[in-house]
Amino acid sequence: MAIKQDPEKELDHRLALALEKYKGNPELLITALQEAQDIFGYLPRKVMIHVANALTVPLAEVYSVVSFYSLFSTVPTGRHRIEVCLGTACYVRGAEKLLRELQARCGTGPGKSSPDELFSIATTRCVGACSAAPVIKTGDELHGEMNSERLAQLLEELQKR
Amino acid sequence: MPKLWIDDRELEVGEGTTVLEASRQAGIDIPTLCYLKELNAPAACRVCLVQVEGRPTMDASCVLPAAEGMRIYTHTPEVLAARKQMIKLLLSDHPFECLTCERNLNCELQRLAKRYEIRDLQIEGNRNHFPIDDLSPSVVREPDKCIRCRRCLAVCQYYQSVGIYRMIERSFHAIVGPAFNSSLMETPCLYCGQCITVCPTGALHEQDSTARVWEALRDPNLHVVVQTAPSIRSSIGEEFGYPVGTPVTGQMVAALRRLGFDRVFDDCFGADVTVMEETAELLERLERGGPFPQFTSCCPSWVRFCELFYPELIENLSEVKSPQQIFGALAKTYYARKAGVDPAQIFVVSIMPCVSKKYELLRPEMNASGYRDVDAELSTREFARMLFQAGIDLRKLPEEDFDDPLGYASGAGIIFGSTGGVMEAALRTAYEWITGEELKDIEFPQVRSDKYKDTEIQMGELRLKAAVARGTGEARRLIEAIKKGQKEYHFVEVMACPAGCVGGGGQPIYIETNDWNEQVAHRSHRSNGLYQLDRQMEHRKAHTNPAVTRLYRDFLGHPGSEMAHRLLHTGYLSRRLYAPEPLPKKEHKQKVRPL
Repeated sequence: MAIKQDPEKELDHRLALALEKYKGNPELLITALQEAQDIFGYLPRKVMIHVANALTVPLAEVYSVVSFYSLFSTVPTGRHRIEVCLGTACYVRGAEKLLRELQARCGTGPGKSSPDELFSIATTRCVGACSAAPVIKTGDELHGEMNSERLAQLLEELQKR
Repeated sequence: MPKLWIDDRELEVGEGTTVLEASRQAGIDIPTLCYLKELNAPAACRVCLVQVEGRPTMDASCVLPAAEGMRIYTHTPEVLAARKQMIKLLLSDHPFECLTCERNLNCELQRLAKRYEIRDLQIEGNRNHFPIDDLSPSVVREPDKCIRCRRCLAVCQYYQSVGIYRMIERSFHAIVGPAFNSSLMETPCLYCGQCITVCPTGALHEQDSTARVWEALRDPNLHVVVQTAPSIRSSIGEEFGYPVGTPVTGQMVAALRRLGFDRVFDDCFGADVTVMEETAELLERLERGGPFPQFTSCCPSWVRFCELFYPELIENLSEVKSPQQIFGALAKTYYARKAGVDPAQIFVVSIMPCVSKKYELLRPEMNASGYRDVDAELSTREFARMLFQAGIDLRKLPEEDFDDPLGYASGAGIIFGSTGGVMEAALRTAYEWITGEELKDIEFPQVRSDKYKDTEIQMGELRLKAAVARGTGEARRLIEAIKKGQKEYHFVEVMACPAGCVGGGGQPIYIETNDWNEQVAHRSHRSNGLYQLDRQMEHRKAHTNPAVTRLYRDFLGHPGSEMAHRLLHTGYLSRRLYAPEPLPKKEHKQKVRPL
C-alpha cells in the first residue's frame, strides 16, 4: 500500500471512491462492507457511518450485519489474519491444540491482534477442505495438514512478507 | 379456499390465511408474544406452536399458511408442554422485577406466564445483563427485559421508516437494539414512542416526570399551572374503565384541581393560537408564492424527522411553534402579566399524549418567555398514575370548567388531537380569511382518516390543495412524490403517530389485541370523542374564539405581529443522523434485584 503524507486521509479518499458504486444500493451492504474492511483492515465506527449514509441504510442495519458475521472486525487487525478452522473434521484432528499453539506463539487470542500488530487470530467453522484437516487460512490461502512444525514455518514466512 | 381441520373440526378459510388466524376464526385463541398482525410476524417467540399431523416437529402458527387438508391440533398435552417450555425459556433470561416494573399487570409476558400457570422454573443458566439507557429525554430502554420480539424494530422501520432498531450481535448475546447497542441519544430516534406502545414487556418506557411534578405541586413558592392536550380528554377515561373515546373533560379538570394545580388551563387554547399563526403564515406564503407545501409543525417527532432526513425542507416547515410551546410562552408572559404573578415562579406542566414533547420542551430555543417555557410534561399514562396514587377516581368527580384566561378553546382547537384535525382547524379559518365569507359546511370529513388523505378546496379564486399524512413513513413517501413532481400541495399536515395524537406514544397501552390495524382502530375511536365535543362547542373556529380575540387585542396585536414572532415562532436546524464519536459512557446505578 502506497502511504502518502496523511495515511488517514488517503484511506478516507479510497473509501469514498469505493462507495461511489454502492450509492443508494442497500442490497450490496455486505459487499460494500468487505471492500471497506479491505481498505481499513477493520470497520471503525466512522467507516460504518460512511457506508450507512452512502447506501442509505440505517446504521443499525450496518451494525447488525457487522456484529453478526465473524468475517467483519470492529477492532484493528494485524497485517495477517490467521483463521483456524474449528469445524468437526479439523477439530478431531487437533485444531484446538493448533489454536493454543498459535496463541502462544503470537501472544494474542481470537478476535485480537498481536502486540506487534503483525497477526490477528480468528476461528472459523468448516471452510470446506475437510480432507486436508486440520486447516488454517491466511487471507485467501489455505494451508492443509497443519502441525506444529508447519505452523512455525508458516509464521516465519508470513513475518517476511 | 383451503379446507382444513382444527382440533378435528372442519373449517374453510381464505387463501393466504395463517393457521393462527384460521384458529382464531374457529374461536381458538392461540397465544402470541412477538406477533403483531400486519406489521410483525418473525416467528421469534415460538409460543404459538401447534401440531400439524404428519409433520415431525411443531410449527409456529403465525407464519404457517393454512393448506388444503391440513389437520391441526392446538391443545394436545404435547402442544401445551411445548408452549410452556417456550415461556420458561423466555423467563430463564428475564429479570424477575415484575413487582417494580413499569408494566406490572399490563405485561404480555406476565399475562402469558399466568395463563399457562408457569410454576416451577428449573431452567438455570447464564443471563444477559445490558446497561439501561436512560440518557434520552423521552424513551428509556431496559434491554434486560427485552424478549427479542422485534415489534419495536418493525414499527420503527416499516411504520416510521427510521429504523433505529435491529437484531444486533449474535447467539446468546443477540438483542434488539440500536447500532453499537448505544444510547438512543446517538441515533436518529424521533422519540415518537410508538416502540413503547407495542413493546410487550417493560423493555421500553417513558422517562418518568411525575416525581418532578409532585415536588412542584408541594412547593409553596411555585404557581403551578397545567395545560391538557386536546386528546387527553378522550383517552384518560380508558384508564378508569370508560369505553374508548368517552370524553371526560369536566372530570379531568376536576381531577387536576384536586391534585393541587393552581390553574387548570386548556392546551386547545394554545392550539387555537397555533391555527391563527399558522393560517396567517399560509396566507403570507400564498401572497409570496411559496415555498410550498407548508408543513405543519405541531408534532415534535415529525419536526425532528424533517430536520434529520429532509433538512432541505426546513423552510417548508411552518415556523409556528407547537401548541404546547405556544401555551408555555403565553403562560409566562400574557398570563403572568394578567394574573400579576412573577413568571419566575410559574411552573408550567403539560399533559400530553406524547413522549416526544419531553424532548421538545428541552430544545434550547424554547425559552421565548425568558424562562424555560414549559417545565415538565406528563404523558397520559403518567397522569393516570398520579391520579391512582392520589386516590382520585375520575368516575366519582363532578364536571368542572377550565380556568380563564387560557382555558377557553374552540372546537377547532379540540380536534387538533385527531387525525387531520390540525388541517381541518386551519381550513376553517383559512376559508373565511381568504374568501371573507362565512364557512357554511364547517366540517371537512375528507381530511379525517387514519390513512393518507388529500383534497382540493375552492376558496374564492384559489383552489387550495391539502394533504394529511400519518406516520413518518407515509410522510417520507409523500415527500418523495412531491420531489418527483408527482404531487403538489399548498399545505400538508404530518403527525408521527397513527391516527394522530390520539394514537400518541404516551397514550394508554392497549394489549388486548395483537393486530396492528385493530390497534390503530382503537386509537381512532378516541378521535370520535373529540369530534363529538367539537359539535357541542359554541365556537368552532379558532378566530371566533373570544379568548383568542382578547389575547390578540390585549397582548399580541395581530397574527404574525412582531410580538407573535418573538414568542410564538421558532426556527429549525439541520441535524446529523449519527454522531461521529460515541457519547461518554454513563455509570448506571446497579438496580437492586430481588433475591
